[in-house]
Amino acid sequence: MSEELKCIHCGNSCGNSPVIFEGNPFCCSGCSTVYQILNTNQLKQYYQIEPMQGIRIEDEKKPADETYAFLDLEKFKSKILTFSEGGFSKVSFFIPEIHCASCIWLLENLNSLNPGIIQSIVNFPKKEINITFRENEISLRKLVELLVSIHYIPEINQHSIEKPTTDQSDKKLFLKIGIAAFSFMNAMIYHFPQYLPGHQFLEPDIRRLFGWLSVALAIPALTFSASDYFLTAYKSLKKGIISIDLPIAMGLIMLFSQSLIEIISGKGIGYIDSLTGLVFFMLIGRWYQGKTYQALSFERDYKTYFPLAVTQITETGNQTIALEDLKAGDRILVRNQEIVPADSILKSEMASIDYSFVTGESMPVAKSAGDFVFAGGRQIGNAIELTIEKEVQQSYLTQLWNQAENPFTADNKLKTIINRVSQYFTIVVVLIAIISGIFWHFNRPEIALFAFTSVLIIACPCALALTVPFTFGSTMRQFGRKGFYLKNTAVIEHLYKVDTVVFDKTGTITNAQMSDIRFIGKKLSKEQLRMIKSLVFHSSHPLSKTIFNFIEADELLDVSDFQEIPSLGISGKINGIKLNIGSKYFVSGGKTENENLKTEVWIYLDSSVAGYFQLENEYRPGLGKLIQKLQQTHELHLLTGDNDAEKANLVRIFGTEKNLHFNQTPTDKLEYIRELQKRGKKVLMIGDGLNDAGALNESNVGIVVADNVFNFSPACDAILQSDKFASLDKFIRFTRRSMRIVYAGFLISFLYNLVGLSFAVQGTLTPIVAAILMPISSVSVVVFASFSVSLSAKVFKL
Amino acid sequence: MSVVFILVFAAIIMAGAFLIAFIWSVKNGQYEDTYTPSVRMLFDDPPVKVAEETEKGKKEKSRSDQSQ
Repeated sequence: MSEELKCIHCGNSCGNSPVIFEGNPFCCSGCSTVYQILNTNQLKQYYQIEPMQGIRIEDEKKPADETYAFLDLEKFKSKILTFSEGGFSKVSFFIPEIHCASCIWLLENLNSLNPGIIQSIVNFPKKEINITFRENEISLRKLVELLVSIHYIPEINQHSIEKPTTDQSDKKLFLKIGIAAFSFMNAMIYHFPQYLPGHQFLEPDIRRLFGWLSVALAIPALTFSASDYFLTAYKSLKKGIISIDLPIAMGLIMLFSQSLIEIISGKGIGYIDSLTGLVFFMLIGRWYQGKTYQALSFERDYKTYFPLAVTQITETGNQTIALEDLKAGDRILVRNQEIVPADSILKSEMASIDYSFVTGESMPVAKSAGDFVFAGGRQIGNAIELTIEKEVQQSYLTQLWNQAENPFTADNKLKTIINRVSQYFTIVVVLIAIISGIFWHFNRPEIALFAFTSVLIIACPCALALTVPFTFGSTMRQFGRKGFYLKNTAVIEHLYKVDTVVFDKTGTITNAQMSDIRFIGKKLSKEQLRMIKSLVFHSSHPLSKTIFNFIEADELLDVSDFQEIPSLGISGKINGIKLNIGSKYFVSGGKTENENLKTEVWIYLDSSVAGYFQLENEYRPGLGKLIQKLQQTHELHLLTGDNDAEKANLVRIFGTEKNLHFNQTPTDKLEYIRELQKRGKKVLMIGDGLNDAGALNESNVGIVVADNVFNFSPACDAILQSDKFASLDKFIRFTRRSMRIVYAGFLISFLYNLVGLSFAVQGTLTPIVAAILMPISSVSVVVFASFSVSLSAKVFKL
Repeated sequence: MSVVFILVFAAIIMAGAFLIAFIWSVKNGQYEDTYTPSVRMLFDDPPVKVAEETEKGKKEKSRSDQSQ
């Protein structure tokens, strides 16, 4: 073959028969359509900013024309629009496909495509677009269809209309940091003269002014910036728990009251610089820890998966109704690429349901009239008619979600390492404070109170509180860079504690795409292979595509009389020879009983059955090694909804059949995890589809393996990019290093505390000692934590 | 030394002005997206379709950009 042509829209290979438009090659008609739209609207710059970055959607995967009809209904419109008045409307969409500068450019120039769009602004990290438009010129439905026409499909579902679009808590944290920084910097200026030799010659007026200004600065820092620490300390104390916030709150109050005493008595200007500095550093830690992956969603439940509306078939014609109004017995229409929203019975003759989001299995399942269809499948092909059996809430999958309430989330928080440490820490500190107070009370009563407060001041566990956010925050960033995205930093600690790993099979340890193909039957000649390849080229069925890619042949032959019979197969004539390709029933008339239960594609060629292609899921590369390594430290289990056809292979990989379980329903998986946990195991569940959702939620840590991390994945604690699957053991082992770094950080901050306490118990804690010791301890812990994490990530070759 | 009083107040007013500017920028949403503007500023002018319409569009865009 000569030089490979690449589609100028998406950069994919054009194959043997590119679509040519204006001399440019395209891989498919979808890509060339987008090109034409952009071309006629002078938006060709899209291809110059970043070449070949267009989004490819195969024609058969395009949503049907009527899919967005529900957006014309007032009920949904009012929910989706964020603002609508005087003919102007605003809306914001999450578009997972946004990925490059070209995307930003095109989406921000939408008004070239339709003048009714006034302004569109992209938020790249969130993969979000905010559009202002005139509703009388372009309706919401037309707007969405416009985006779809250029292959930017917005995600519209229950979840996206429920959640508020702007995150207020983030803004508030920024404000808190800003005000703390302001107070800290200015307080330092006022305190600095105190630390220089000769400060005793400072005019008392100036000293008083500086003192009171500092107090004024401390008030917003305490009441606004540090308010959370007081609040959580109070809340957890009410529940009888000593959290890390309690000693912090105590320290802050002591710092402030001691400073106030000194300023009022005119002795000095107190510790306000240390106080505001602590608040500032701790807020920075909170911000560092809280920075998460904005475009990734870890909270998706069935609501994000199901559509907002469905088409109901009534006697008076079709109508669009909201999903929650759907009742058992209703008849609905599900078009190409739409999702079956509830458990139902098929009325149409044939359907081909893709359960890849549910089971991880990429091959569509054929259903015939009267078959039971579980909710969550995606219809591929013509529109089908269904009768609803159970309401959406009662469907098998949704029920799974509703019953799976994670009992661990509640007390997980309390068992974190920092809270365990702070319990002892607080008790010890209070004891030391009381003892030194009592000691001085009998020896030098005038410094007893001062010694007491000094201990509480210097023991304020700021450095301690910073260790965890910075260590785990850096670890999370390191993981993110390598394709392992955590929901929050707490996951690291849970991952460290895990002793049992449960795998799902299809789509998790195997590739979602079937790529292990064998031909069983007569030996085929080169010419015959070429004929098969030519015929499957005309079909869009995933199996046809797999076979097309499998057969190596240069030129395609002309096919006449091509026919595609849904769910059965394809047929056609090449050079007068008839070919049938499809199910066994279709090709040979034999029953589709299948002893080894593997996917087969039968070939009828030249008036006889030539044999069949057998397709299997291929195990992810590196699986064997990963299992071997994990086996040394963890107990491994496998749960799969499939039959035991693969048992022999799996036993070879896992080394034992003890923990391999086949034919597991989603509920079985959930129960299995519960059973393990009852035996005291800390379980890590690795899955991919909706059928694992219950188990993922129930387990201590749930990891989802995904080919595209921005696409739908069930609720979980972490998302692992599928090509990084083999390094999973590294991630798990790295959490042990992170924990060691946390312990080292604790040690450092204890050492600082020890030094500080030696001053405090003697009653010689001066503002300058506090002002030096407290920021240094915080900064050094922060530097130590982030440095050692990135260093060990390098050494570890993460 | 009384000059220190003046300096102190001048310093507070300056710092206060920056604090207010910071609070304004947060409330304005400038920290919500810290990446896209860096890409946006490198784009050429919007594509010229119909001269007068684009003129109008540009003004509108820049106005709303500011208010954003």
